[in-house]
Amino acid sequence: MSTALSKGRLKGAGSGRPRTPVPSFGGLPTPVRWVVYIALVALAAALPSIPGVADIMSPQNDWASVLVFPIGLYILMALGLNVVVGYAGLLDLGYVAFFAIGAYTGAILGSEYGWGFWEALPVGILLSMIAGLLLGTPTLRLRGDYLAIVTLGFGEIIRVTANNTDWLGGPRGVTNVPRPPAIGDLTFGALSTKPYWYLVLGLIVLVIIIGKRLERSRVGRAWAAIREDEDAAELMGVPTLKFKLASFAIGAGIAGAGGAVYASRTTAILPDNFPFVLSALILAAVVLGGSGNIAGVILGAFLVAWLPERFREFQEFRQLFFGAALVLIMLFRPQGLLPNARRKAELQEGSGGMGTLGAEVGAAATQTVEVDKK
Amino acid sequence: MSNFVDLFWSSTIDGLTIGSIYALVALGYTLVYGVLRLINFAHSEIFMIGTFASVGTISLFGLSGPASGLTLVLVLFCTAAAGMAASGASAVVLERVAYRRLRTRGSSRLAALISAIGASLFLQEVFALRWSNGELHASGRDYVNSERVLEKTELFSIGDGIVRNDKLLVFVAAILMMIVLDRFVNRTRLGRGIRATAQDSESAVLMGVNINRVVVLTFLIGGAMAGLAGALYVVYFDQTRYIIGFVLGIKAFTAAVLGGIGNLRGALLGGLTIGLVENYGASIWGAEWKDVITFSILVLVLLFRPNGILGEALGRSKA
Amino acid sequence: MRNVRRRASVLAAVAALALGVTACGSDDDGDSGASPAESSSSGGGSSATVKVGFMGALTGPDAQLGINEYNGAKLAFDQYNATNPATKVDFIQYDTTGAPDQATALAPKVAQDGVVAVVGPAFSGESKTAVPVLEEAKIANISASATNAALSTNGWKFWHRVLANDDVQGPGAGEFIVKSLPATSVAVIDDQSEYGKGLADVVNKTVGEQGGTVATRDSIDPEADDYSSTVNQIKSANPQAIFYGGYYSSAAKFVKQLRDGGVTATFVSGDGTLDQKFIDGAGDAAEGSILSCTCVLATASEDAAVQKFIDDYTAEYGTAPATYSAEAFDAATAIIKALEGGATTGEAINEALSNIDFQGVSKPIKFNDVGELETGTTYIHQVKDGKIISLGEYSSAKVQ
Repeated sequence: MSTALSKGRLKGAGSGRPRTPVPSFGGLPTPVRWVVYIALVALAAALPSIPGVADIMSPQNDWASVLVFPIGLYILMALGLNVVVGYAGLLDLGYVAFFAIGAYTGAILGSEYGWGFWEALPVGILLSMIAGLLLGTPTLRLRGDYLAIVTLGFGEIIRVTANNTDWLGGPRGVTNVPRPPAIGDLTFGALSTKPYWYLVLGLIVLVIIIGKRLERSRVGRAWAAIREDEDAAELMGVPTLKFKLASFAIGAGIAGAGGAVYASRTTAILPDNFPFVLSALILAAVVLGGSGNIAGVILGAFLVAWLPERFREFQEFRQLFFGAALVLIMLFRPQGLLPNARRKAELQEGSGGMGTLGAEVGAAATQTVEVDKK
Repeated sequence: MSNFVDLFWSSTIDGLTIGSIYALVALGYTLVYGVLRLINFAHSEIFMIGTFASVGTISLFGLSGPASGLTLVLVLFCTAAAGMAASGASAVVLERVAYRRLRTRGSSRLAALISAIGASLFLQEVFALRWSNGELHASGRDYVNSERVLEKTELFSIGDGIVRNDKLLVFVAAILMMIVLDRFVNRTRLGRGIRATAQDSESAVLMGVNINRVVVLTFLIGGAMAGLAGALYVVYFDQTRYIIGFVLGIKAFTAAVLGGIGNLRGALLGGLTIGLVENYGASIWGAEWKDVITFSILVLVLLFRPNGILGEALGRSKA
Repeated sequence: MRNVRRRASVLAAVAALALGVTACGSDDDGDSGASPAESSSSGGGSSATVKVGFMGALTGPDAQLGINEYNGAKLAFDQYNATNPATKVDFIQYDTTGAPDQATALAPKVAQDGVVAVVGPAFSGESKTAVPVLEEAKIANISASATNAALSTNGWKFWHRVLANDDVQGPGAGEFIVKSLPATSVAVIDDQSEYGKGLADVVNKTVGEQGGTVATRDSIDPEADDYSSTVNQIKSANPQAIFYGGYYSSAAKFVKQLRDGGVTATFVSGDGTLDQKFIDGAGDAAEGSILSCTCVLATASEDAAVQKFIDDYTAEYGTAPATYSAEAFDAATAIIKALEGGATTGEAINEALSNIDFQGVSKPIKFNDVGELETGTTYIHQVKDGKIISLGEYSSAKVQ
C-alpha cells in the first residue's frame, strides 16, 4: 500500500502540482501563492525594522546582527545541506568545509588581492563547488556511513590545513576583509547590519527558487530515486554518481556563498570559526525541521540558531538544554517538525532513504511484540 | 625522514599504546554498528563517563602517592571495574532513552544520528556541571586531576624507544580484553545471538533470538569496553575533562571504519593502525599534521577497500 | 485530513514554544529593567551616570581570565562610585564567551546601549572582530589582556591596551632563556592557536638572534591528550630549555608528559600559562617552570597602593587577585581618570585617555598614539614550592 502511495506522489510531483485531495496551500491558484510568497519575503525583510520584535527575539544582542549570523547564514547553509541530505539522501558530516572554503576565498581575495566582495563571491562559490567535486568523485562511491566519516575527516582536514598554512594566515586567520560596497543608501557597516540581512535574505530566496526548480526537474526525480533505492535507480539507468556529484557540488556552492558573506560580515576569520560542531548543528537543523522540506529546514535552522542565542540568560546551561531538546524532538517527531510529504511516505514505507535504524531489527522487534500480545 | 628513522621505535611504542585505547573505544562503535547500523555518536561520552568513574574510584582510595604491590593490583582492578560498570550502565541507559523508541518505530537512521549528537552534547554538559556556593553551575571546564596510581618506571628499551610499565599495562590489558571479547562473541550462546542479529536480524528473530536483549547486550559490552579504555586512560594520563571523548571518539570511530566497521578484529587492527600512523606521521611532518594524516590514510584505504581493511563482517567473522 | 491535523499540531507546538519564549522574555526584561533603576536610585543625588561595558569571556572554557578581569575592573568602579562623584559609572557585562562570533554580534548591542567606554575586549581573537564596531561607534576601549602584536597596526583610534604585546614578551622571554637561564639549545613548541603560535614564533626568532639554537620546532593540539610524538622529538633533540606558547590547561598536560617521558629541560611558557591552574594540573611536574608575562602578577607588595588593591580584592571576592585582575583595575582607573576630568562621551574619554599618565597597580600607564603603552616590558615568574612567584623584569630576573 505504501509503495503505491509513494508512486502516486512521484507522478504528482513530476507534473509540478501535487494533487492532494485535502485543500492545502499547494492547491491554491498560482497567483495567490505568489502573493503569499512575496508577502513572506517582505515580512522577512522588515524583521529587523519592526519595532518591538528585537526586544522579544534578541534582548541581549543586536537583533539585525543575530539575524545575519547565526540565523540567516544557518538557514542558507541548511538549505544547501538539504540538497545533499534531503534531496539526494547523502550523509555529509563535514559540510562546514565548504563554508570555510567560501569564507577563505572571499577573505584572501579581498584582503590580499584587493578584490571587491561581488567579484570574490562567484569565485568563492566556484571554488567550493570544485572542492565538492574533488571530494565527491572518489568518495561518493562509498555507501552511507563511510561517506559520513570521510566527509567528517574532510571538514577537519580543511580546518587543520588552514591552521597550518602561513599563506592562509595560520591560526591568525585573515583580517581586514572588505565589506560589500554600498548599494544606493544601503551601506554595509559594522553598525549597519541590515543590508547584510537583505543580502542573506536575497541569497536564501535565490536558493529556495533553485531548490524548488531542481526538486521538480529530472534531477530532482533522479535524486528521489537514488535516495529511495540506489541500486534500483542504477539498474533503471540513472547515472547515480553523476547526480550525487551534482547534489554535492550544488550544496557546496551554497555553503561557499554563505562563507563569503560571513567573511565580509565579520571582516576577520579564524580557522576556529569552522569547527566540526557547526557541521553537526547544520545537519541537526535539516533533520530537525524536516529533511527535504524547505519550510521545515528553514524552521529547523531558525530554531537551532536562535534558541541558544535567545536563551543567553541560561548561557551556562544552554548547550545542555539544546542537547536534550535534540533528543526529545527526534524521539517524538523523528520525521522532523515539518516533514516533506514524500519523505513521510518513504519513512512510512520503512527505509526513509537512509535506511531504518537497525536495518530490519526495528520492524522485526515490533513484530515480536505484536506476536506476544496475541 | 631522518626523524622517522631516529624516532621509529619510540613512535611505535607510543603508537601502540594510544592505539590500543582507540581500539577499545572503537569496539563500541563497531558492535553497535554491526547490530543496528547506527553511528552511536554519543559513544565518546560513554568513554568520558568511564574516565570520570575511574578518577572518582581512585580518589576513594585516598592514595598519598603511587601504589605498589597488592594495593596497586587492588586499585587497578577496582578502577577498571568501576569504569566498566559506569560506562556499561550508561550505554544501556543511553540506548533505552535515546534510541529505543526510534528503533522500535523503525524511524530513519538520520533521526537516530541526530538524537545521538544531542545525547552527546547533553552528556558533555552534564559532566561540566559543578556545585559551587550551593548553586549548580556549568563551570567544570578544566581538567579534573587524579592521583597517580602507577609509578611510571622504565622497563626496557628497544632501539630509541623506552617501554614504560604504564604503556605496557595499557597495551596488554587492551589486547587481553579483545581476546576475551572475541572468544565471547564467537564461542558463547549470547555471542551467537549477536552475530545472528548482525547477519540477518529477521531470520534471527524467527530463530528465537530476543532482539531487545541482544541490543542491550551489545550496548553493555561496547560500553564496558569504553569504560575499560577510560580507566586505562586515567592510569596513563592521570586526568579527565568533560570534553575528553570528543577528539578520541572521532579517532576511534575512524579506527572502526578503517578496520571495517562491524568487524571486531577490524577495530583492533584499525585502532593500532591509527595510533601508529599518527605517531609516524607526526615524526615526519610534525604533530600539527596528525589529524590530516589520519584522515588521509582513511580516505586512501577506503578508496581501495571500500569496506575497510578487514571488511564488514561482525556476523560472518568465522561464523 | 490527517495532514491538516499534523500541521495543526506543529503550529500548536511552535506557538507553545513562542509563548514560552515571550513569557521568559518579559520575565527577563522585568529583571534587567529593574537593576539599572535600582542602582541609580540607590545612588541618590543629582549625579549623572555613564555606562561602561565589560567585554570578555564570563562563561565558556577560558572564562577564568575574563572573570579575573571583570572583578578587577568592577572593584575600581565600585570604589569610584562610593566616593559619590559627579559622574557615576553603570558597569555592564557583555559576555562574549571568548568567541569572536559572539563578540561580533555583541558589539553593536554595546553601541545601542549607549556605552561610552569598554574594558576589553579581553582576547585577541574577539578584539579583531569587535573593535572595528566599537571604532565605528566611537567607544573608547581598553583591553586588559589582548597581547597579539598585530592589533595595534589596524589604525584603530579608540583602542588601547594596558600591557605590552607579544612582540615585547617574545623577545623578553627569548633573551631571558638564552642569557639568564642560560640555555643555548631550546625546543620551541606551540598550541597552534593564534596567541600561542604568534608568541612561539617570536621566541623562535629571538633565540636565534641571541646566539642560541632552536633544537626542534613543533606544535601540539590543545584538545588532544597524547603528546608523545612531540615528547619523543624533544627527547631526541635534547634541549636545555623548552618554550611553550599556549594556555595553561594544555601546558599542564604537556609538562606532565615531558617529565614522565624523562625530559628534564627547563619548561618556559608565556602569560597564557601564568595561572595557579597550571600548577594544579601539572602538580610536581610544574615545579621550576618559568612563566613570562608583560603583566605583573600582583603578589604581596611593599607598594602601599598595590597592597591596598590586593587587600580590597581579597576582601571583596574571597580570592587573591589573579592573572589580569591588576591590568583590568588599571584599565578601569584610566577610564575613571578620564571621567573625573569631565569627559562623558566616548570621544571625550578617548581624547582624555591619550593624555593619561599615572602609576597603576600593575605598571605605569601612559598610551602612545596607537594605543600601546609607552613603556612595556616583560616580567618573569617562576613556579616555586607550588606557588607562582615574581622574579621581576626580564633583564634583571634571576632564577631562584
